[in-house]
Amino acid sequence: MSGAPKTVDGGRRAWLGVAAAGLAGVMLAPGVRLIEIARAAPAAPAKTGGGANPAVRWGMLIDTTKCAPGCDDCVTACHTENGLGTPTRSTDARWIRKIDIKEVRTGRQASVPVMCQHCAEPPCVDVCPTGASFKRADGIVLVDRHSCIGCRYCMMACPYKARSFVHEPLTDQHPDVPRGKGCVESCTLCVHRLDRGEKITACAEACAKAGHSAIVFGDLNDPGSEIARRVREIQTTQLRADLKLDPGVRYHGI
Amino acid sequence: MKTIAETRNFWLLVALGGLVTLVGLGAAHTMEVHGHVITGMDNAVVWGLPHVFAIFMIVAASGVLNVASIGSVFGQPAYKPRAPLSGLLSIALLAGGLMVLMLDLGRPERVIVAATHYNFASVFAWNVFLYSGMVAIVAIYLWTMFERRFNAWSKPAGIAALIWRFVLTTGTGSIFGFLVARQAYQSALLAPLFIVLSFGWGLAVFLVVQAAMYRWNDRHLPPETLARLGRLLGVFVAASLYLVAVYHLTNLYFERQVGFEAFILRDGGIFPLLFWGGYVLLGSVLPMGLLFRPHWRSEGAVLAAALLVVVGAFAWLFVFIIGGQAWPLDIFPGHEVSSAFGDGQVTHYRPSMPEWLLGIGGLGAAFLLTAIGVRVLDFMPQDDFK
Repeated sequence: MSGAPKTVDGGRRAWLGVAAAGLAGVMLAPGVRLIEIARAAPAAPAKTGGGANPAVRWGMLIDTTKCAPGCDDCVTACHTENGLGTPTRSTDARWIRKIDIKEVRTGRQASVPVMCQHCAEPPCVDVCPTGASFKRADGIVLVDRHSCIGCRYCMMACPYKARSFVHEPLTDQHPDVPRGKGCVESCTLCVHRLDRGEKITACAEACAKAGHSAIVFGDLNDPGSEIARRVREIQTTQLRADLKLDPGVRYHGI
Repeated sequence: MKTIAETRNFWLLVALGGLVTLVGLGAAHTMEVHGHVITGMDNAVVWGLPHVFAIFMIVAASGVLNVASIGSVFGQPAYKPRAPLSGLLSIALLAGGLMVLMLDLGRPERVIVAATHYNFASVFAWNVFLYSGMVAIVAIYLWTMFERRFNAWSKPAGIAALIWRFVLTTGTGSIFGFLVARQAYQSALLAPLFIVLSFGWGLAVFLVVQAAMYRWNDRHLPPETLARLGRLLGVFVAASLYLVAVYHLTNLYFERQVGFEAFILRDGGIFPLLFWGGYVLLGSVLPMGLLFRPHWRSEGAVLAAALLVVVGAFAWLFVFIIGGQAWPLDIFPGHEVSSAFGDGQVTHYRPSMPEWLLGIGGLGAAFLLTAIGVRVLDFMPQDDFK
C-alpha cells in the first residue's frame, strides 16, 4: 500500500512543482519584459519652453450678478474651442455647463457656469491610480491621455461633476486638444492657448464678446492682475468650500 | 481513481464555465469597440453593474478564506479539511473579480500602465498591490497545506493570509470610504463594514460550492459540521445587518444626509425595494430564520440560506454603488438646481446586456478556475479522515 502510491505521489508532486514554476515563469516573464520596456522609455518628455511657471496660479472669477440666465455663449465657445460637439445626451462630454440655482429659503436666483474648479488640493489627483490626473505647476488640473486607463475613480471623487468620460469613438478632433475614447477629460483652462502665450480662455472671451464680462480669467498670484484685484475687493465664494480643496475658480453673487 | 463518467462530467463543467467566460470576454470586446456608450453608464453613474459583480467577487474572495483561517490559525478541527478549498475559492473569486474590473476600464489594454505607474496617494494603486499580494500569499498558503514537508509552515502562512485579507478588504472599503464628494460614501465605517460583509458573503459562497461538491459525490456533511457552519453564517449575517443599520442611522442623524437616506430607504424606487426586499428581507432576515431555527436546519436549508445571502449581497451592492451615484451631488447646498447636465436630478441607470454578460463572465471564470483546481488537486474536504 505504501510503496507504489508514494512513488506516484512523489512523481506527481514533482511534476506539479515543475508545472507551477513553468506557469509562473510564463506569466511573469512578459510582465517583467514590459516593465523593462516601460522603464527604458523616457520618464518624461524633454521640456520645451521651460514648462509651466510655478509662480503662477491660473484661476477664474465668475461674477454671477453679470451672468445672464439663458445665455450659454461660454458653453458653446468651450465646446467649439475644444472640438467637443454639441452635447445632447448624458454620455456626451461637457467641460462647462450652466446651472440655474434658486435659494430654497429666499427664492433668490442665479445662473452659474460650472467647470473643473482647478483645486489646489484636487481629489481627482489624489485618487488616480496611475498619476494620469495631475496638477501643473501653474495650478491647472489636467489628465494625461497617455496614462489614463479609464477607471473613472476621479469622476467618483470630484465634488463638482466636472469630469466627463469619452463614451464612444471620436472624429474631427482639434489638433491642439487631443482626446481619446475610454479616457476621462475636463476643462483645461484652455491650456493650449496659455502655452501659446495667449492670456484668455475661450469661455471668458465669449462672455466678454457677449457684453457680460462675467468671467475674469487670470493669475491669482499676480497682485496687479485684474482677477487678483477683484477677488481682493469683492466678496467671493469657492464651491463646496467646506471640503477645503481651495479651488482656483471663485464665484461672486452666490 | 476517476471514472469515465466523472471525467465526462468534468469536461462538461469546463465547457460550461469556459463558454460563460467567453461570452463575458465577447461582451467586454464589444464594449471596447463601441465604447461605454452601449452600457447604461453615463457621466453621472460612472460605475455600473460590472462594479457590482467585481466588488462582490473581490469582497467574497477575502471572506471565503475565513474557513481556512479558522482551521489553521485558530485550530478548529472541523475547518481544517476545508482549508484548501477555501484557498482555491479565494484565488478563483479574486481572479474573476479582477477580470471584470479590468475589462470594464475605458482602456483595458493599458493595464500595463496600471502595473508600472503608481500614485501612492490612490487607494486604487494600493489595491493593485493588495490583490496581487493576496494571490501570492494564498498560493503559498495552499502550497504549505499540500506539500507535507512544509505543513509546519501552514500556520504562519495562514496568519499572513489572515492579516493580508483584513488589509485587503479595508482597502476595498476605503475605495469608497475616502470619497468626500458623494454623500453615500466618505465614512470610516465602510472599512469594517466591508470586512464583516466579506465574512458572510465568503462563507455563503463556500457553502454553495461545498454543497455542490458533496451532492456531486453523493456524500453528506456530518450534522455537527453543518450546524456549526450554518450558525457561523447566521452570526456573520446578523453582524453585517447591525453595521449596515449603524451606517444608515448615523446618516439619518446628520441633517445634511437626510435627503439621501430618504432616497435610499423610502423614495428612490428600485433602491428602497432592493434594500428592504433584497438585502434586509431575502438576504438577511430569511437566511437568519433558516440558520438559527434548529428544527429547520438541513443541508437544503443551509444551502438556501447561503444562496439568499448571495442574492442579498448583490442587492446591497447595487443600492450602495449605483444608488450612491444616482443621488445628485450637492454642489450648492440650500439651493434648488437644474441644468442640461442633470444637476439636481436623480440619475436613472439601467444596466445593458454587455454589462450583465461581462459580470456573469467573471463568475464563469471563477467557476472555471474552481472546477479545474478541484479536479487537478484534491480539494474535497475529507471529514472521514480527520
